[in-house]
Amino acid sequence: MRLDQLPLNRPARVLAIAWADLADTAARRLRELGLDEGVTVEALHVAPFGKDPIACRVGRMTVALRRAQAHAISVEALAA
Amino acid sequence: MNPAPMVALVGNPNAGKSALFNALTGARQKVGNYPGVTVERKAGRMSLLDGRPIELIDLPGTYSLEPASPDEQVTRDVLFGRQEGERLPQAILIVVDATNLDNHLRFALQLIRLGLPVVVALNMIDMAERDGLTIDAAKLSAELGVPVIPTVAVRKRGIDELKAAMESLIGDGGVRRIAAGPGVIQEDIVVLQRRARAIAIAATREEQGARRWSHRIDAVALHPVGGPLLMAVILFVMFQAVFAWAQAPMDAITALFDTIGRWVQTALPGGFLRNLLTEGVIKGTGAVIVFLPQILILFFFILMLEATGYMVRAAFMMDRVMARVGLSGRAFIPLLSSFACAVPGIMATRTIDDPRDRLTTILIAPLTTCSARLPVYTLIISACIPARHVLPGVGLQGLVLFGLYVLGTVGAMAAAWVLRRTVTKGPSQGFMMEMPKYQMPSLRDVGLGLWSRCVIFLKRAGTIILLSNVILWVLASYPVAPAGQKQTEYSIAGRIASVIEVVVKPIGFNHNIALALPPAMAAREVAVSALATTYAIDAGSSAGNDAAEEKTDQALGSKLKVDWPLPTALAFLMWFVFAPQCLSTIAVTRRETNGWKWPAFMVGYLFVLAYVAAGATFWIATWAGL
Repeated sequence: MRLDQLPLNRPARVLAIAWADLADTAARRLRELGLDEGVTVEALHVAPFGKDPIACRVGRMTVALRRAQAHAISVEALAA
Repeated sequence: MNPAPMVALVGNPNAGKSALFNALTGARQKVGNYPGVTVERKAGRMSLLDGRPIELIDLPGTYSLEPASPDEQVTRDVLFGRQEGERLPQAILIVVDATNLDNHLRFALQLIRLGLPVVVALNMIDMAERDGLTIDAAKLSAELGVPVIPTVAVRKRGIDELKAAMESLIGDGGVRRIAAGPGVIQEDIVVLQRRARAIAIAATREEQGARRWSHRIDAVALHPVGGPLLMAVILFVMFQAVFAWAQAPMDAITALFDTIGRWVQTALPGGFLRNLLTEGVIKGTGAVIVFLPQILILFFFILMLEATGYMVRAAFMMDRVMARVGLSGRAFIPLLSSFACAVPGIMATRTIDDPRDRLTTILIAPLTTCSARLPVYTLIISACIPARHVLPGVGLQGLVLFGLYVLGTVGAMAAAWVLRRTVTKGPSQGFMMEMPKYQMPSLRDVGLGLWSRCVIFLKRAGTIILLSNVILWVLASYPVAPAGQKQTEYSIAGRIASVIEVVVKPIGFNHNIALALPPAMAAREVAVSALATTYAIDAGSSAGNDAAEEKTDQALGSKLKVDWPLPTALAFLMWFVFAPQCLSTIAVTRRETNGWKWPAFMVGYLFVLAYVAAGATFWIATWAGL
């Protein structure tokens, strides 16, 4: 599953990030915001217009990103 | 004497860096600029417990030492000792957010490697406790190998302990590197991140079940229906307050300037000096300073929205809308600030990483309705638009004002759409932003921010605005017109205006408007004082007796009501929606884009827009028989 398809409030683990699919600056920002293989993420909110972008918990931070960027992140939902 | 030792304050965005800076330095701050670049240099004086002075510089917040934007580059260059006009700091004060240790520690690790003496402020420790986190500062200190001091900057907790730690770092005040220096920091960010996470986990004890309250607020603030509604209410209250709250202080300021004017009138003998003071200086600057309350209220809201963390939520909600015109939600923050003033708005674009997004935002920022337009709008609307109700509770005047705000916003969006497809064409970089926790802003921090805005405004009123008023008054008063001729036409300014009038007559502007436009290039609100001055001169020259003085004191509005047909008034309003009548904006654009190319382009396209829009308005209004 990709992060943009993850249902809200469902913790998941990042399996892989397709860095090559992201622009250089976006890839670096994502790393700086703590996105990494093995990290736990959880989609928390979607923006009201067009359900894009989404806000995800990454570690202890909340990070906003567009669905197109979230699509580069493969996740596996954790058992509740 | 040696200069005071310098300490650099560094940290991630949202670590509470500015609050700590304020807590350490109080009001003893100086905001300047680094030479050659556009980044503000914020420095302040603090004293250690033993009384020794320290110069503390607040470096722009960044996530790493690989710069993505111009302000992040300054942070790196200062810490490497490469920034022109800045010495290498004696020590680094790193601020980390205790509730977000694993991310902030990564940057701290990178900074510690630089080899300068370091002390870490473990900030927002109260928030961490509220989140159910217990952090062992001693253990953290042992892991990092540097002193770690728990602080709550907004409540001024831990400040003395922090000063004590800095005291032992500074020593005799010389610069010394303990370790290798800039060479070794090129380590993979992911490796550092993993180490940071391990350290954070080792030093933190977490109680389960403490649900985070920022998340609960967001459930409302970002609700699919409630969120946009709440944002609309906040913006409505903000603009409403600008008018409602400002009325009493504005009346007081007007009364004050009237009193001063009358006092000068009786204290001085008649002649050049008295006329210059009463008509040029007092009337002119008074007409501008009266808007200080409105500007401060607007800035109060902007500062509050930023300090609470709501601004990023607004950017999040608006991203999709901004994406429609080729921008991202990030551009929303500088644009909202531009409603107060385009100058800080344009400076706020520095946080936009994508150069094309940033340039587009700079180019459209002057279209948002800044507070300097308010004086012009308020004057013309109250003079020329009838005060009747179109619907119960909805006045026509208010509606016109609202329409002007909407027009500016729509104009900005349309301009972005066109620019993004032509001059700033290129792929979009997307939108990625940390959403900080909600925070109760400290009134002191907001107060300091407002104070600096107040000083900037009064400085401007006392220098550039005063000067343009005096020049206009002199040019408009001399040579003195012979009997039977109008002073505002016979004088030097009048003759210049007659040339401009040829150009602006087709869009419905009269001679006095042509006279007010050039000085209003200094700043939009000068249009008001310039009109006040020109009408005052005309009234004064028509008869030299007390009756004329009486007339001078009459409201400018009632003169405009008689003198301006409605199509002219509407065209004048339309002109001010678009025209780039602000030297400060042009200057800051030049600074931010490093050259004259973009400010020239901006001035050009905005003047063309203004001319066309004002002309179209005038002719349609005339045709409609208004």
